[in-house]
Amino acid sequence: MPDLGKYGAEVLSAYGATIVLLVGLVWVTWRRSRAVRRALGAAEARESDG
Amino acid sequence: MSIWKYANPRRFMGWSKRLVPVFAVLAAICLSVGITWGYFFTPDDYRMGATVKIIYIHVPSAMMAINVWVMMLVASLIWLIRRQHVSALAAKAAAPIGVTMTLIALITGAVWGQPMWGTWWVWDPRLTSFLILFLFYLGYLALWQAIENPDTAADLTSVLCLVGSVFAVLSRYAVNFWNQGLHQGATLSLDAEENISNVFWQPLVITMTGFTLLFIVLVLIRTRTEIRARRLHALMARERTA
Repeated sequence: MPDLGKYGAEVLSAYGATIVLLVGLVWVTWRRSRAVRRALGAAEARESDG
Repeated sequence: MSIWKYANPRRFMGWSKRLVPVFAVLAAICLSVGITWGYFFTPDDYRMGATVKIIYIHVPSAMMAINVWVMMLVASLIWLIRRQHVSALAAKAAAPIGVTMTLIALITGAVWGQPMWGTWWVWDPRLTSFLILFLFYLGYLALWQAIENPDTAADLTSVLCLVGSVFAVLSRYAVNFWNQGLHQGATLSLDAEENISNVFWQPLVITMTGFTLLFIVLVLIRTRTEIRARRLHALMARERTA
């Protein structure tokens, strides 16, 4: 680990906030993509059945 | 052969499906290499100390905050001129990514500014124009949510995007326009005197490439989701009237 000296809190909190926001963005994107794909699949199945 | 055929929703779903995994792998490689190199294997700056490591997240996120808005502007103009639905949906899909990038730039900038300038925030031209850009992103997203008719929403958000572009440009060039404030000028420059040292520059360029690739992956996935959501909406409406 690099020695961050007296700026450890600043550097780590900047990286921490960035990781949380980016992971959150990827997770929300993936979750909505999956939900819409499933809902569309179900709707198309009903359409072809009916 | 026209490039517009690739904006056909069916064709878009085909080529974007093949591109997403390729760009996802490239984004993961660039981000891993750039961040690891920058965080673990670069020295401290003689003036800023270890806080210089924040550059590897602050500069790429600030760059993307502006570039995402520029992409939304181009997509909005295509919608207004050619009425290509995929372009309107791509602009809508990009906005949450842009607002996240702007928020990261504002947070990391404040955290970096506190030890360097002695304050979390100052009404400096660049910081202020970034804050206004952030508010434009929020307004853009709220407008999409507020209007039920998708074509009307696309029209109005496109106009808002045109207006907000002034602040995207200001965010980039505020330091040059006003020549005042605490924020420094451009980090990267073709002028060797102004450009940062190679030891910081090399991992920074890799990280910036990683952020750009991550944006491409996310905007493709989100646009695909918007296309599916619109198809789902049409099917549900047909079911209700049947």
